Amino acid sequence: MTTYATLAQEARAHWAALHERPWIRVGTAICGKAAGAQEVLHALRRAVERRGIPATVTPVGCIGLCFAEPLVDIQKPGRPRIFYQKVTPHLAATLVEDYLLQDNPRPDLALGTLGGRVEGIAPLEEHPAWKPQVRIATRNCGTVEPANLAHYIANGGYQGLAKALTEMKPAQVIEEVTKSGLRGRGGAAFSTGAKWNFLARAPGPVKYILVNCEEGDPGAFNDKGILESDPFTLIEGCTIAGYATGATKGYVFIRHGHEGPITFTRKAIQEAYKAGLLGKNILGSAFSFDMEVALTGESYVSGEETALMEAIEGKRAMPRSRPPFPAQVGLWGKPSNINNVKTLSYVPEVVARGGAWFASIGTEKSKGTAIVCLSGQVARPGWYEVPFGLTLRRVVEDIGGGTGTGRPVKLLQTGGPLGGVLGAERLDIALDFDGMAQAGAIFGSGGIIVADTATCAVDLVRNLVAFCQFESCGKCFPCRLGFTHMLEVLDRIAAGQGRPSDLEAMRTIGQAMSLGSLCGHGQLGFNPVHSALRFCAEDFRIHLEERRCPTGACEPRLSLPKRTRPEPVGGWYARHSYAHH
Amino acid sequence: MSSSDEALRQRIRQAIASQPQPTVTVLSSLLAVQDAVGWLPPEAIEEVARHTGATVNDVWAVASFYTNFRFTPPGIHTIEVCWGPTCHLLGAQAILRAVQEALGLPGEGDTPDKRFSLKLNTCLGACAQAPALLLDHHLYGRVTPEQARRLLQGLNHTAPHQEAP
Repeated sequence: MTTYATLAQEARAHWAALHERPWIRVGTAICGKAAGAQEVLHALRRAVERRGIPATVTPVGCIGLCFAEPLVDIQKPGRPRIFYQKVTPHLAATLVEDYLLQDNPRPDLALGTLGGRVEGIAPLEEHPAWKPQVRIATRNCGTVEPANLAHYIANGGYQGLAKALTEMKPAQVIEEVTKSGLRGRGGAAFSTGAKWNFLARAPGPVKYILVNCEEGDPGAFNDKGILESDPFTLIEGCTIAGYATGATKGYVFIRHGHEGPITFTRKAIQEAYKAGLLGKNILGSAFSFDMEVALTGESYVSGEETALMEAIEGKRAMPRSRPPFPAQVGLWGKPSNINNVKTLSYVPEVVARGGAWFASIGTEKSKGTAIVCLSGQVARPGWYEVPFGLTLRRVVEDIGGGTGTGRPVKLLQTGGPLGGVLGAERLDIALDFDGMAQAGAIFGSGGIIVADTATCAVDLVRNLVAFCQFESCGKCFPCRLGFTHMLEVLDRIAAGQGRPSDLEAMRTIGQAMSLGSLCGHGQLGFNPVHSALRFCAEDFRIHLEERRCPTGACEPRLSLPKRTRPEPVGGWYARHSYAHH
Repeated sequence: MSSSDEALRQRIRQAIASQPQPTVTVLSSLLAVQDAVGWLPPEAIEEVARHTGATVNDVWAVASFYTNFRFTPPGIHTIEVCWGPTCHLLGAQAILRAVQEALGLPGEGDTPDKRFSLKLNTCLGACAQAPALLLDHHLYGRVTPEQARRLLQGLNHTAPHQEAP
């Protein structure tokens, strides 16, 4: 039988041995790959081999500083990690020559250091994009090899589960999570402790924890980021949730095609089984728990909690009516909880360090940290974990470095396509669930897309509505027809052919959608237009009255994907008759 | 039944039978076939129905719902251009125009010579490196229209792009 103590001892020895020779880490998550990190990784391996240097070269996930990709950090024994940004294969070879062979750390090329100081290089802790961060759920991202159990345990992993299993009753775990004030990070911001309580109280021997990593919202990439960089933190969190609620199995729900998150989560689950951290009698306790990855096809609505269950069952991802709620009748009719990746990724630290510690971070009603994804017209796109309560201005200007275009911020698009937009005049509101909701936006799952004054609100909203129209699952006709109608109206306005009645028409459609749709996709469908009318009414007015685009961004003939589904019914189906089946 | 039909069925059955996860459903089986074959031929619908005990109609209902399934063979090269709001703000339309011009396509679809398939992707997940495009499973970030044109020209006389080992 494996005990936590033996696992921890082995892991620490492995980690210590890694630090006895130079260790080069290369960020190869999706942002790194898009910037060419794979080529840099090969160049580093070749250079180290050619010069016969006994250095370890390891692909790691993303540390969140996507703007600096490809990002390489080199740590010599007993020295701090030195980060180098925008490394090319040529630069990689130079770094091996200069720092590893000549001991010149090349301060001119460095972004910063972590874990100590090096002459001439500013510590990363002083970098504006790093300084405000408090890294809890993302603590290991970019530091450990994804899906490497020894790396995870050596950095304090599985302390939370070991503590829960040996020192706490399930009800005490729920109490601790309730005390922490942790709220769901998928968008609804519901109390995680309360949600777990519903499941714990549901009768029956079979219950499920469903982890949502569908993350189809454009502008959000932090769930995938965690699974691609440190899947064990989610797996440990999910296992603790299983123990607390009496669940028997966890499904991690990921969109097909996102290879990094899928591969690493599958591998980490395998490793956890091998080490006795999943399966029967975990760490010698009476608790047993299984986990697997379930894939969904491309469908934004499959991230909605009841549609997600339909997709895991292998059907069309269309929402179910509630009640009954998933905690009573969920996946395959069994009680289920749906939690976002980020929510569960906090749990190991919350249990290990206590709910009070977590509750001491953040604001009165939004405890802990927010993991924000910054993208768009921003100098430093990336994903950053910051305490709730920071103003949006600090996030966009300090961390993000402003627009980087020389033009001021015009609006922020937050919380996914349905979250709508916030005008620049709201930059001083605090980052928290309730404050942002009051200002007319959604924190959602943390996506913030920055748009500068070259943006036309009509153009952006048209893109958002086109997305929503394409992604409507079609079950509720107010959503299915409403988005189509709204998009037609926006097409007309963008082309300078709007009618005086158009804004009123969209309001009427939006109202019908919010009243007549089963899930948030239709209910919130008017949000993008509504919020844009609130903050950028002038853009609409110029389009309607002067029949022109104020910034020239609107292209009347936008290329959009096919707008109807199902697709090729006529030809294909007609040719292959299945009457005999 | 010709031998090539039988070979195709074998590939499909193999893909359905060798799924790594314990829970096998209509959707998971369809995804496995799409990965292995690149599209869903009529035989795939039948084999998935047989394997899962669902009706052909039920399987077709699932297949027609998710937008990543294809019902015709894809071109030799597949190019996906992201049109999410971040990419849109940073110039996705210009990239799309460049790709469409280079391929002679008015929108999504396959070139008549079946060399290229163009798809619009709602979000490739690389928002921090926008605008992004995916060419034969290789992701490119901060793409310019000129770079997109060059990538396609480079492919015109070569085999499908392979990621370096």
